[in-house]
Amino acid sequence: MAVLEMKHLKKDFDNTPVLKDINLTVNEGEVVSIIGPSGSGKTTLLRCATLLEKMDDGSLQYLDDTIAKSVNGKSVYENKKALRKATSYYGLVFQNFNLFPHYSVLKNITEAPILTQKRDKNEVNEQAMSLLSKMGLEDKADAFPGQLSGGQKQRVSIARALCMNPKILFFDEPTSALDPELTLEILAVIKKLAATNMTMVIVTHEMLFAKEVSDRMIFMDQGVVVEETTPENMFHSDNKRTQEFLGKYTDLL
Amino acid sequence: MSFLEICRQLLPGMGITLQIFFITLLFSIPLGLAIAIGRMSRFKIVSWIFRLYIDIMRGTPLMLQLLVVYFGPYYMFGINISSSYRGIAVMIAFSINYAAYFAEIYRAGINSIDKGQWEAAYILGYNKVQTFAKIILPQMKKRIIPPMTNEMVTLVKDTSLAFSIAYAEMFTEAKRIASAQTSMMPFVAAALFYFSFNAIISLLSNKVEKKLSYYD
Repeated sequence: MAVLEMKHLKKDFDNTPVLKDINLTVNEGEVVSIIGPSGSGKTTLLRCATLLEKMDDGSLQYLDDTIAKSVNGKSVYENKKALRKATSYYGLVFQNFNLFPHYSVLKNITEAPILTQKRDKNEVNEQAMSLLSKMGLEDKADAFPGQLSGGQKQRVSIARALCMNPKILFFDEPTSALDPELTLEILAVIKKLAATNMTMVIVTHEMLFAKEVSDRMIFMDQGVVVEETTPENMFHSDNKRTQEFLGKYTDLL
Repeated sequence: MSFLEICRQLLPGMGITLQIFFITLLFSIPLGLAIAIGRMSRFKIVSWIFRLYIDIMRGTPLMLQLLVVYFGPYYMFGINISSSYRGIAVMIAFSINYAAYFAEIYRAGINSIDKGQWEAAYILGYNKVQTFAKIILPQMKKRIIPPMTNEMVTLVKDTSLAFSIAYAEMFTEAKRIASAQTSMMPFVAAALFYFSFNAIISLLSNKVEKKLSYYD
């Protein structure tokens, strides 16, 4: 079953096309990674999927809920209430974490489920503590984000997203702000998540990681999907542009 | 007249000065927030109207605004103004003037918070009001303490402008005693009062700023 379905997505910024007719379907339990050079539209695609950006044209659907449909070449979005509901289907892990600096680690994780999902405080606290211990951060519950390393911050932000029990989790270059050691730390966490059948879409520049963790890889360039295939095929592609982009990596393998 | 006697005679005026100060803050702090939100409206016309308001309040002297608020009802509409309106006119003029300055401080404070904070809150299902109240405002509060302190210190000194409509705050009294006694002492007492009061504000502001920095 498709958790996310985007069709014929088009997006311009100031009349410059950034996304040109993109289709993206993610099925339950699938891990899809999106690779491509900077400026290829990967992040914009994620931002459209997470409603941080509105598509100019195209349709968007989470499970059975249509969020936007294409009418006469323009995206028409559902009402505010439906969009609010849509946010409960997904979580997003940002490149620069975006933790709330004035909240403790625990409150960063628990406030949203209690406030916006109206869940029981004790139940949320328990889930948050269990997530923190899975992330190896149970002793940081009372710390403030400013006291954590980048890797710890990113693990907190993953825990924060998971505590909302999303159906699908998006990662927007989750390791780009981290040094190589901390990068490995976060990649290990994402791999563990993949093993629990979490549905994930990962925008990343970590090619070898993408190859290892993904069921499917998408290579984007200049606002179009150049290739969409298994990691194995991606790294042995006949496509000239794919070869160019992955060239140095295929030499390494 | 002894210095102590001068201070004793200035005491009721000090009370009035403090009253102007606190009531102005009471009204201008929330009013400023409303103006800041209007100024940041997505609707061009709304934003433009609030911008004009801010420009007028900042661009004309407070004393002139005070005279307009006090004499306006009579000059423009022929309404007889009673002397009890003096105090009210002072509070109104000060509040609408300071609200304009506060609005710009709030706006700068709100804009200084990273856009990612709004985005993270949106993804987590916070609505706009929740995001503002829980995520943005607490972070902004800390950053606006220094400029707000500036304005408050200025406000303490500006209360002396109330003398222009003969409202009996402390400075009006000091001037009266000074000319009656041909003495500098009332001015010295007034200066001491302003200085000490501002020293307390500055001290409190430092304390509050420290307290709000608990997460750095």
